[in-house]
Amino acid sequence: MSITVNGLPVPLPSDPRVSLLDMLREDLHLPGTKKGCNQGACGACTVLVDGQRILSCLALAVQYDGRAVMTVEGLAQGGELHPLQAAFVEHDGFQCGYCTPGQLCSAIGMAAEVKRGVPSHVTGDLSAETIALDREELRERMSGNLCRCGAHNGIVDAIFEVYAETEAAE
Amino acid sequence: MSIVEDAKQAVQGAVQGAMQKAIQMAPDSFMPGGKPDPLIRQQHGHIGKPISRLDGPVKVRGEATYAAEFPLDGMLYAALVFSTIAKGRIASLDTDAAEAAPGVELVMTYRNAPRMASMPLFMTSEKACGGNDLPIMQDDRIYWNGEPVALVLAETQEQADHAASLIAVTYDADHSITAMAAAKAKGTEPGMFMGQPLQFATGDAAAALAAAAHRVDETYTTPRHSHNAIELHAATVAWQGDTLRVHDASQMVAHTAWSLGHVFGIDEDKVHVTSPFVGGGFGSKGLWQHQVLAAAASKLAGRPVRLMLSREGVYRIVGGRTVTEQRVAIGASEDGRFDALIHTGTTAMSRHNVLPEPFIVATRSAYAAGSMALDVEVAYLDMVANTFMRAPGEAVGTFALESAIDELAVAMDIDPIELRLRNEPDKDPTTGATFSSREVEKAYRDGAERFGWAERGAPGSRREGEWLIGTGVATATYPYYRMPGGAARITLRRGGHATVDIAAHDMGMGTATAQTQVAADRLGLAMEQVTFRYGDSTLPGVVMAGGSQQTAAIGASVMAAHRDLVTELLKLAGNDSPLAGLDVDEVVGVDGGLAKTDDRTRHESYASILSRAQRDEVVVEATPPAPLETMHWSMHSHGAMFCEVRVNAVTGEVRVSRFLGSFDCGRILNPKTAASQFRGGIIMGLGLALMEETQFDERNGRIMNPSLAEYHVPVHMDVPAIDVIWTDIPDPHTPMGARGVGEIGITGVGAAVANAVFNATGKRVRDLPITLDKLL
Repeated sequence: MSITVNGLPVPLPSDPRVSLLDMLREDLHLPGTKKGCNQGACGACTVLVDGQRILSCLALAVQYDGRAVMTVEGLAQGGELHPLQAAFVEHDGFQCGYCTPGQLCSAIGMAAEVKRGVPSHVTGDLSAETIALDREELRERMSGNLCRCGAHNGIVDAIFEVYAETEAAE
Repeated sequence: MSIVEDAKQAVQGAVQGAMQKAIQMAPDSFMPGGKPDPLIRQQHGHIGKPISRLDGPVKVRGEATYAAEFPLDGMLYAALVFSTIAKGRIASLDTDAAEAAPGVELVMTYRNAPRMASMPLFMTSEKACGGNDLPIMQDDRIYWNGEPVALVLAETQEQADHAASLIAVTYDADHSITAMAAAKAKGTEPGMFMGQPLQFATGDAAAALAAAAHRVDETYTTPRHSHNAIELHAATVAWQGDTLRVHDASQMVAHTAWSLGHVFGIDEDKVHVTSPFVGGGFGSKGLWQHQVLAAAASKLAGRPVRLMLSREGVYRIVGGRTVTEQRVAIGASEDGRFDALIHTGTTAMSRHNVLPEPFIVATRSAYAAGSMALDVEVAYLDMVANTFMRAPGEAVGTFALESAIDELAVAMDIDPIELRLRNEPDKDPTTGATFSSREVEKAYRDGAERFGWAERGAPGSRREGEWLIGTGVATATYPYYRMPGGAARITLRRGGHATVDIAAHDMGMGTATAQTQVAADRLGLAMEQVTFRYGDSTLPGVVMAGGSQQTAAIGASVMAAHRDLVTELLKLAGNDSPLAGLDVDEVVGVDGGLAKTDDRTRHESYASILSRAQRDEVVVEATPPAPLETMHWSMHSHGAMFCEVRVNAVTGEVRVSRFLGSFDCGRILNPKTAASQFRGGIIMGLGLALMEETQFDERNGRIMNPSLAEYHVPVHMDVPAIDVIWTDIPDPHTPMGARGVGEIGITGVGAAVANAVFNATGKRVRDLPITLDKLL
């Protein structure tokens, strides 16, 4: 039994109680994925599994046999920051940095959801084929990722720049 | 707190009072800041530039290491069991099943915990920082509901958590006081804050109120709050011989090292505390029982220990902001001038901490009034020790004061900004001190223009469909503090690189970035040539990241060290230098060396000075003068907070649609990171206004919503684009002309929102948070 984490195959833990979060942090020494509540309320542990965002504290590692996990450590390509990481720095989309890995992974998964046409609570037309990523959609869809330093404006600006302005222009 | 200690504090307060008068009368030139920091004049350096935070790339890569992220060889994981009664004794304690559980290495309770002293209570001496001063697993007594009664160490967190669930505890409960009314019925005591009484009176305020042409007299209440830093409190500890190594999440590393040394009976330099990254603090990341328990268990087990509190654990053992009941009464004459200003009330605290929420502190320096009566009374409860949370006093005190002023403005049909400006004092209303810099009026005028305040309508007059729209305003204010204990070391190398060392902190405020800018300008170096080191108890200084004082404390420490450095460099330069004959007051750091201030052609580089002197480096360490400036002048930052809300007429739901903070905080060192501090404070203030409440069960003293699912903080959907502007007028008497920006943002927000809700609906809510049930 194994899963891939940031492209590398790793064995699953023998203790079935181990969450995906604890496996990443404690077994693999990838502490970039953060523990803020361990009960699915803060979003700090968000990772991407086969491109979809999940809360790794609510996921048992053994459930993810054969799946591909991407954590914050896997976003940058060598020396080059992922465009969203660079935008977070530029827009000061964090202060303490603790919720940041979860915000980043969540935003990447969120942008893919919008692209797939998955509606949210604030989507006007639930049957629309395409959904525009405006700030209202963005804020609603990112509300599961708490930030206590109050970097919300910078986070929204960074995500908007990368996924609403840059990608839309391409 | 004992009567003896009360008396000691009262005496200290009286001495301070007398000293303050003498310091006030002394000439400006005797004071630190009497001669303006030369950096205030300098306009073309790094200060004032919106530089992205230096640790940004590390943080977005997930490579910043927080307290629970230092893996140590042979490390054990800890789990805690918490008491379920508020007061009494442990009757039975069954740990057999836990001890037999797989992977368990140790179960620690009062039966086997090492003998330890209680934590020295915060602020009772220079480096004391315990959140409470209770015995820690030393006997069977219970002091609050949620106190740790057992700790399990196991090879994995899963094993520790499971074993902790197998521990069975029963209690003999004593009579406890957990309800505010019961505590008040037993009598209240006058509050003390930082050695000073929280009482002030001038004139006969009661009589002036009764005789006033216009008056308001209302009661405002605020609930408990929790800091809820997203990083859980954690410590990774190891005993290396007789030295205790602590990887902590701390806003006070030097204090923590000394205080832990006291607990374990060892010298402070046998305790090494580091905290390079802290996942949010807001007053909560001090010394609580978890660090002590982790170190004690590590000692017993002979192995390193990681203790990361659960979110519930944070609520159980780390205190938050306590509850307040405040009366504000204002009597005004026909022209709106205050004849009487009364701000009194009661706060709850435990017997084992030092902070009665000092809700009158903002009122002391806010408005001129013919008579004043201020008083904070304390009711004692058996509860987790409450503590400092972002702008203790001001955050909730300004809700009451600034709501009352709005009520008076409505009653008198005066614009609330004009009413405030009519009562601007020309000197400090309670101490009589001169203001160092006070630009309240400019903050209001600039803010009003940008916000479009003039378009405001009468209460209840704007409606779009179901939504009632209103605007409100309130004053934000926070003092300039600089605490004693600062010290810094500068190491200047021949190649032109400088290292600044100080045991200060960066929990995300941008300290390291802003202070690198400042040091670069002071030394005349590029930012790449300066390394700012912090977050390590072995560095010089005892500098708490609290009271928004780090900017000043670090600034003054570096100024003192820099002065020694320049003195030393001029000595080394000797008579063959273009600098020959100049003294320390005649030169500035510029272009990688020193130059005569008014003749920059007389310049010699650091490399040249050190080469000629055959030195590889110069190392200086210095301590700044005592912070007498805070007694000589009245030193405060201000802000004008403008809020627009939309209130749903059907459901009572409140949405904040616009917010502007217009600040007067002296010179802004880094507009990017300072704006984030302002916005962060405002957003926490929106939480205080609309949703935050630590629910306390008055029947048994237990916190009922110890989770981020049940304690609501503002989420992305709750936060509009927040506009912040500032005067950028330097304070002539502070290092760099700056005053701290960390706490002022949360002040005034509660009232600005409440006043906007009134303007939208005509309903006045005097009890925070403003939840929809209060508007239906």
